[in-house]
Amino acid sequence: MSDDLSRDTLAEAQAARLRKVWATPRGWRYWSAVNNTEVGIWYIVTSFGFFLFAGVLALIVRAQLAVPQNDLVSPEFYNQAFTLHGTMMMFLFAVPIFEAVAILLLPQMLAARDLPFPRLSAFGFWCFLIGGSFVAGSIFFDAAPASGWFMYPSLATNKDLAGIGADIWLLGLSFIEVASIAAAVELIVGVLKCRPPGMRIHLMPLYCWYVLIVAGMILFAFPPLIAGDILFELQRMFDWPFFDPDRGGDPVLWQHLFWIFGHPEVYIIFLPSIALMAMIVPTFSQVPITGYGWIVLAAVGTGFLSFGLWAHHMYTTGLPALSLGFFSAASEAVAIPTGVQIFVFIATMATGRVIFSVPMLFAAGALAVFVFGGLTGVMVALAPFDWQAHDTHFVVAHLHYTLIGGMLLPLIAGLYYFFPFATKRMLSARLGTWAFWLIFTGFNITFLPMHFTGLRGMPRRVFTYPAGHGWDWLNLISTFGAYIMAIGVLVVVVDVVRALRHGPPAPRNPWNAGTLEWTVETTDENWGVRSVPQISSRYPLWDQPGVLDEMDRGQGYLPDAAAGKRETLITGVLDATPEQVQRLPANSFRPLAAAIFIGTCFIAATFEWWWLAAAGGIIGIGVILGWLWTGTARPPEAATMDAGRGLTLPLYASGPRSVGWWAMCITMVGDATAFISLIFGYFFYWTIHAEFPPPQATGPGLVWPAIAAATGLAAWAAVLAARHANRTGRVAMARLALMAGAGLTIASIAAGAAAILTTGLDPVVHVYDATVWVLVIWTALHLAAGVLMQLYCLARSLAGHMTPVHDIDIQNVTLYWHFAGVTLAVTMAVIGLFPLASG
Amino acid sequence: MLTRPDRATIVTLLAPPTVWALHFLTAYILAAIACAKGWDPGSVRLVIAAATAAALVFIALAARAAHRHTGFTADTPPHDDPTRGARMRQMGAATFLVAALSFVAVIFTSLPAVFIPDCR
Repeated sequence: MSDDLSRDTLAEAQAARLRKVWATPRGWRYWSAVNNTEVGIWYIVTSFGFFLFAGVLALIVRAQLAVPQNDLVSPEFYNQAFTLHGTMMMFLFAVPIFEAVAILLLPQMLAARDLPFPRLSAFGFWCFLIGGSFVAGSIFFDAAPASGWFMYPSLATNKDLAGIGADIWLLGLSFIEVASIAAAVELIVGVLKCRPPGMRIHLMPLYCWYVLIVAGMILFAFPPLIAGDILFELQRMFDWPFFDPDRGGDPVLWQHLFWIFGHPEVYIIFLPSIALMAMIVPTFSQVPITGYGWIVLAAVGTGFLSFGLWAHHMYTTGLPALSLGFFSAASEAVAIPTGVQIFVFIATMATGRVIFSVPMLFAAGALAVFVFGGLTGVMVALAPFDWQAHDTHFVVAHLHYTLIGGMLLPLIAGLYYFFPFATKRMLSARLGTWAFWLIFTGFNITFLPMHFTGLRGMPRRVFTYPAGHGWDWLNLISTFGAYIMAIGVLVVVVDVVRALRHGPPAPRNPWNAGTLEWTVETTDENWGVRSVPQISSRYPLWDQPGVLDEMDRGQGYLPDAAAGKRETLITGVLDATPEQVQRLPANSFRPLAAAIFIGTCFIAATFEWWWLAAAGGIIGIGVILGWLWTGTARPPEAATMDAGRGLTLPLYASGPRSVGWWAMCITMVGDATAFISLIFGYFFYWTIHAEFPPPQATGPGLVWPAIAAATGLAAWAAVLAARHANRTGRVAMARLALMAGAGLTIASIAAGAAAILTTGLDPVVHVYDATVWVLVIWTALHLAAGVLMQLYCLARSLAGHMTPVHDIDIQNVTLYWHFAGVTLAVTMAVIGLFPLASG
Repeated sequence: MLTRPDRATIVTLLAPPTVWALHFLTAYILAAIACAKGWDPGSVRLVIAAATAAALVFIALAARAAHRHTGFTADTPPHDDPTRGARMRQMGAATFLVAALSFVAVIFTSLPAVFIPDCR
């Protein structure tokens, strides 16, 4: 008896300590929170707000198209409205909502206390809020982008035709893409390294597979667009002729870079929503998913094949038929894994006893709509059909069927399903059913007729149309349907707002689901889980009877916060064996401050206020350095700690065993993809020109690139030497090597600058010169960051934060240098050696 | 690495579709350059045929290794035991499926080179 009593007292004391460590700050400090339970909710609310805003723009567009020769809005406003509608739905809703939902759900699903980089999540959110508000708000100043969400040159590069709106699009969205990549890094490391002990990779929920694949896709899809944005902005601001055929450029390069992003993007937003269905369908069928391996196949297969589709948006640009054939084939092939997912859901429903609830209603509706959109997708994947339907309302109808069936409806299903998880209250089944039927019928009334207006030749994006082409009635019906759909969305909003206050309290695990996110408590506890369980099933709540009780009583891992610090468990990638206890940073205003200053840099650049932009950038980098200095890679007070259940784990790990190393590696993969896109640009110009470099080109010669390469590679070697010396205890030697490395890097940057400045290359004259300039600047900026990192390591060493044992900093910096070194070598080979080979 | 019987990892899972991606890029880039620079389409088609054969052989090898990982159907899905063996069988099964899809996708990609003889 007394044993029980003392055990209860201990558990109470542990819970109190955990509660204190994980408490959400109050008052104005609330906004310094970095915990996923706060950031996830902010993220979801913000992106949903942007969704509603973009929806209103769509209603304006539909009202304008209701009757022929309508003059409800001006052509200028119409262009801004449809451009911003598409832009916001894609960049400010569809992708961010995936990240938002994942940030909220994932830690609880993995029984982790939080994702490995909470401050990075917060930073990503603030970047998104600032950049998104900037882009969305531009329409109130008659300054919104107006060239379509794909921003084709030469319309969008022309400053007279596309005013500042194009700059807002390019810089505002580039800034948000930073947030997307930050979230991708966070989610990949989260899924791979933060699973509970025993959750081997074949036992993790399917949602995690999708998150992994989609985050990986973001790393390969977004950087080409960032590279394209850079070229585009250089043309708009400094008149570098990347897309100007008169000076050797080509608008089609933009289309390539945009659609290498733009098509995978469709799957980037489709897969996470399907992932929600993969959680909902088994729960309401009350059976495990049928064909786990098939879903893994589908996620991986779709993730890869979707990259082979980009040029199917470019069938009418005059590419050779052979090239079109490859993309047509890949477009057809992607239907296979997509279809597999649909069949897996149907099979799961067939094996269980389906409970028809609001989430299932939306899920079933989603399947029907998506299959229809997929069928028209197979049609437009065929080049000859696409030549007819290209840029008509048929394509508008097709893309809305796939996006609303593949993304919006599953997402609303997820909203109804996970609302009790997030708010501890239930939504109304009655209102939900009303909302579904209004949205479902409204949607079909809107978009089904568009197939016919499109087949009858009505082009997209036109401001108005003449009567008598057979388009009048169809358009009126579409507009009518759009407002019915809007009423349905309004019902959802009303239900959510009502339920936040007056919804019935949700019981724990209200749907009798099997996965760990439903261990969430009904009271407001911010620790995620009271203690981390040992997992032995794909559906622990169904198959491990005592697991919930064990977790709640603090009998799992990490039941305590004895050191007064936030901690989570790090496990192995394949078999989730415990490896380390990771100290997580606490709440801080630094991510918010960093986002404000970096945001200032981007926004000021839009208006060409260069001094303000530079100041914002420099202060922003300073804040980030301060954030890293105080929050990362701190040597712990002891080497190991008791993780509970008799397990002792290290508190510090560096190199490939640390989460920071993984994050660096993943970030650099994205960075390398952007670099490859720039290199692609160079060789793209080589293919379209008979001679490239052009005969009149003078630079950059061989000497300066060779010096830049030699000094830069020596700096790389110095970093390697510093890491080795530090690890073997020769700290003074390591510091010397770091200093030498910094000097060599600066020499390399100077040689690179000489290569473009002293050899008569003028970036305004010809695209060859501009391309060499951009490659050298890209490399120089990476080397400059490399210098900053070398000096940072030096300072950490001098301050005693970096020691032979505690060497996370130098390990990660060395990893960065591997990528920077390869970037340097490739750049110099391309600009220095290729002209010799091709000339 | 692919043929080692005791390994079924994320790398082996991603290998077959990576081969598809490389094959796709080879075919597309080669054709694009050939058409832009006026190279002989006949020899380009030969190179694509060779690349296709190499890709298919590699994917077939990966599929064979994955099939071994599944335990030669000694154990049927869902492979959901909390053991290292079940993890390997499940990964093997998924990899086998991914390899099959990649195999088909490589054939899909190579078909235009069979049916479209020139750069029109």
